[in-house]
Formats: sequence, structure tokens, C-alpha cells
Amino acid sequence: MVINQIGNFRDVLKIGQDRSGGSDNRPPNLERSEGYAVEITGLNAWYGEHLAIRDISLAVSRKGVTAVIGPSGCGKSTFVRCLNRMHELVGGRVEGRILFEGQDIYARGVDAVELRSRIGMVFQKPNPFPKSIFENVAFGLRINGYSRGEIADIVERSLRRAALWEEVKDRLNKNALALSGGQQQRLCIARALAVEPELILMDEPCSALDPMATLAIEDLIRSLAEEYTIVIVTHNMQQAARVSDETVFLTMGEDRAGFMVEHGPTEQIFTNPADKRTEDYITGRFG
Amino acid sequence: MIIGVPFRGLPRPESKQVRKATSGGFVGLGMLATAFGICAVGTLLYAVASDGIWVLDWHFLTSFTHYKPEEAGIKAALAGTLWVMGFTALFAVPVGIGAAIYLEEFAGKNPLTKILEININNLAGVPSVVYGLLGLALFVHFVGLGRSITAGALTLALLILPIIIVAAREGLRSVPPSIREAAIALGATKWQAVRFQVLPVAMPTMLTGVILALARAIGETAPLIVVGAYTVVLFTPTSPADTYTVLPVQIYNWIDLPQPGFQDNAAAGIIVLLVVLLSMSSIAVALRHIFAKRRVW
Repeated sequence: MVINQIGNFRDVLKIGQDRSGGSDNRPPNLERSEGYAVEITGLNAWYGEHLAIRDISLAVSRKGVTAVIGPSGCGKSTFVRCLNRMHELVGGRVEGRILFEGQDIYARGVDAVELRSRIGMVFQKPNPFPKSIFENVAFGLRINGYSRGEIADIVERSLRRAALWEEVKDRLNKNALALSGGQQQRLCIARALAVEPELILMDEPCSALDPMATLAIEDLIRSLAEEYTIVIVTHNMQQAARVSDETVFLTMGEDRAGFMVEHGPTEQIFTNPADKRTEDYITGRFG
Repeated sequence: MIIGVPFRGLPRPESKQVRKATSGGFVGLGMLATAFGICAVGTLLYAVASDGIWVLDWHFLTSFTHYKPEEAGIKAALAGTLWVMGFTALFAVPVGIGAAIYLEEFAGKNPLTKILEININNLAGVPSVVYGLLGLALFVHFVGLGRSITAGALTLALLILPIIIVAAREGLRSVPPSIREAAIALGATKWQAVRFQVLPVAMPTMLTGVILALARAIGETAPLIVVGAYTVVLFTPTSPADTYTVLPVQIYNWIDLPQPGFQDNAAAGIIVLLVVLLSMSSIAVALRHIFAKRRVW
């Protein structure tokens, strides 16, 4: 799906807003006086010998949604996986500096496990644990040492927050894998929300879902944007236009290393991109 | 593919009849092979049952062996088998599963682990008598355990260790990586992810592997003869330091004796061994079923 003319952006955006409540109550950019949640300087990431990301520097504003778009293989997923140090689990190597709430996450002595409990992540394919709905949300709480009494409350609150409570409240003890794909993905979001993350990473959360389920997730993302900082990877530009406040466009060079072309308010990226390559990608000339 | 454009420049596909005949021929061959296997096992079972079933009674199960075939029973061997299997499981299961978890979940992928992996697979194929010789040198003489249940169980544990490791790794590998990622992304340590999310899913496969490995150990004769399972034991063991005999060794011993009555005793012993084996397999199937029911995969 491609936005054929840049002028269409407004319409696309409006479709998104109509769904999420009608009136144009979302300014194109949230006021962000609170500074940056994540500041990235000179980020390089390798898989073995292969340089997957080259020299990305950008700052992610606190609260709201930042979308990462770009052609397949340009390192979008690798980029978000650097932010919660998941990249190193597959033998990846990272260079450069990432400040999360002012703290260098790759500094010596930083506990990656503790870091990940502060950063939620939602994956491409819904991956609930093959356990009950309740246990899925409770797992993060249990390993972080919450008491039994607290857990039940937080599970309910998280499921409500993820707009899933009404659908599952009568079958919390049923296996999560019996839910539909869209419900599973919202469960995964609830699971991430339960541990009160300061940042939520989403790696193409709708790519395995049907249009209706996608809609529900997008609405959810918009409602979460008021409280949370969200970085979402998507290959769907309309989705980026609908849900995000800021957009980062990555592409890759001849050596297949991804790099950043442009970063700015979503509206500007989609209506008036500064770089020719962004315009070509958004108008569907490549990618 | 564009519809309506005929193949050009490609060899014409075989005619329908030829393909059908080939397919039918293969099915026929497969059925023949299956029938052969079933016949062979059937004949064996029939031969054993027709000789042994007349001997098999309560007296046979509760008596020690005797110089008169009609007085002889399997009690010592049955008790010995249970003792040896118990201790074999005790030694082999924790070590095997621990090694599998380490190799699969924690050890990095490097040349050393690659070599280890190849060697474990090879060890699973080493003839069992070689393990007997190792057990004789190491446990019986060097450690000084003598001809005890402990020595026999340790030897069998070594024998089935590679099988358990391979089966347990198979079970761990069947758990999708996305489950581990989900747990780790929530701030779980690697061990928490394995303990609370991976192991429960892998458990049925691992248990099946363990039970099948034990089923292999129960039928082993050669290594236990080498490490000194006695053939004439007139007591049931009371401690792991006792001497012992086991079902296959007892059967082997009876077959060797000249009186025809002992042949029938051996056949009856084989039936007992088969019953023990089948019950272990049934437990494996039941466990897998119970665990599988608990999840929708």
C-alpha cells in the first residue's frame, strides 16, 4: 500500500482520526517540553561481520509515537532491538551511545535485565506464552517480585488499558493461544504494560493481523501515546501516518547497511519531506 | 504464473498413467515393508508367548532361580532390574537434562560446542559393551564400587546419557524462540525464561526421551555382564552396594543352560521384560498426552 500522491496524506490522516474518536483532538505534534526519552548518537550495529546499521543519531521525544519506516532489510528491527539490548542476544554488536532517560544503556555495569524490565516490547508475530491469559500478564510481575495481591489488580488494570478486559474477563484461566491473533497481540501489549515500562518498542505489531485487528491495535497505540513513549517499526506507511507523531525514515546503501535519511514530524515527512529519497519512498517510487 | 500459456522448451511431463503407476507402486512397496516388519515381530512374540506363557505364574514371579527349572523364578532379576533402573535414572536424568539445558540455552555457538555436539551424537552410537568395559575399569576397579548395583547403574547411566541429552535438546529446540524473546523482553533473566517458559513447554518431549532412554537401558545385557551382574542371585537387594542380577542377564543365563525347561523359563522372562518395557512406553505416551492437553499449540 502506497500513498500515491503526497496530497493524499491529509485524507489518510483524517481516516485515522475519524476512527479514533471523530474530532481532530490530536495536534500533529504533542507538546513536548519534557525533553527526550532516548538520545542516540553514532549508532552502528553489526551481525557478525555484516554492518546492519550505520551511524544513526536521533532523539526520541518523551510521550507520543515515533514511527520507523523504510524498505525491507534496512535495519528497522535491528534499530529497535538496540534500544532494549535485545540485539546482543543474537550475537549482535553495537557501537555508539544510547542514552535512555539520560543513562547510557551500554555503559559498563548497566544490567541489561533490569533495563529490559523498564522497556516493553511487542513483537511482529503475537507471541503469548502457552499459558493462561492471566499468567501471561502476571509473568512479568512475578519475576519482578510483585506480591500476589498486587498482581491480580495489575493484571486487570493492564488488560483494561490494552482494551482487552471486556473480552477476556470471564476466561482469564483459559489458554491464551485460544484467543484470536488480534486479541493475542493486545494481550502481548497488556503483558508489556503490566511492568509499567517507560518506553514501549513495537516491531511491526500489526503485520500478522487482519485489517480489523490492525485497526484495534492502532486505536490502542493512539490512546497509549498520551502516557507512554512508543517507538513503532512499520512497513505500512499509512499506518505510520495514522499513528505517529514523528517519523524516522531509514534506507540502506549499496553495502546493505541501513542508515537514517530523515527524521521529523510525521506530517512534514509525509507532506514535505526534505530529502528526495524520502519523497520517492513515500510516493511509492521504490521500496 | 500466466494461465493459458503452454510449456515451451521444457520436457513434457510424464503421462498421468505413468505417474499414477509410480505412485501406486511406491505405496505397494511401503505396505510390503510394513507387513514384513509386523510379521517378524509377530512371529517373535508368538514363539516367545507359546513357550513362556505356561511357565508364567505367581510362583515364577515370586521365586528365586533354582537348579530345577520348574522351581526357578524371576524374583531376584525383577527386583534387581528395578533397583538398577531407579539408580540409573537418578544418575542420568539430572545430569543429562542439565547438560542439555546448558548446551541448548546457555552455551554459545562456537567450535568447542560444535565438537561437543558431534561427539555426544557419536557417543549415542557407541556399542554398549564398550561402556561395560569403561564401567569395569572406572567404577568397579578404580573407584572400587565392586560388583554393586551402584557400579551397574553408573555404567548404564553413562550409556544412556547421550541419548537423554540428544532427546532433551530436541525438546528444548522445539520451543519457538519467540517464547524466550517474550520472556527476556519482560526483564526475565535467561534462567527465568528457561525455567518458567521454556521448560514447561519442552517437558513432554524431554520426558518421552528420558523414558525411552531408560527403556533402552532396561534391555541391556552386555555391559552389565562385564561389570559383574551375577546370574545366580538368591536374595533381593537391600542397598545400592549389594550384588544383583537383572532380567536380561537372567534370561541370557537360562538360555545357556542345557535343560529344556530353562528355555521356557527364558521365554517367560522375556514376557516379563516386555511387559515392563511396554508399561514404561505407556507411561511416556500418557505423560505426553497429559502435558499436551494442558496447552493448545
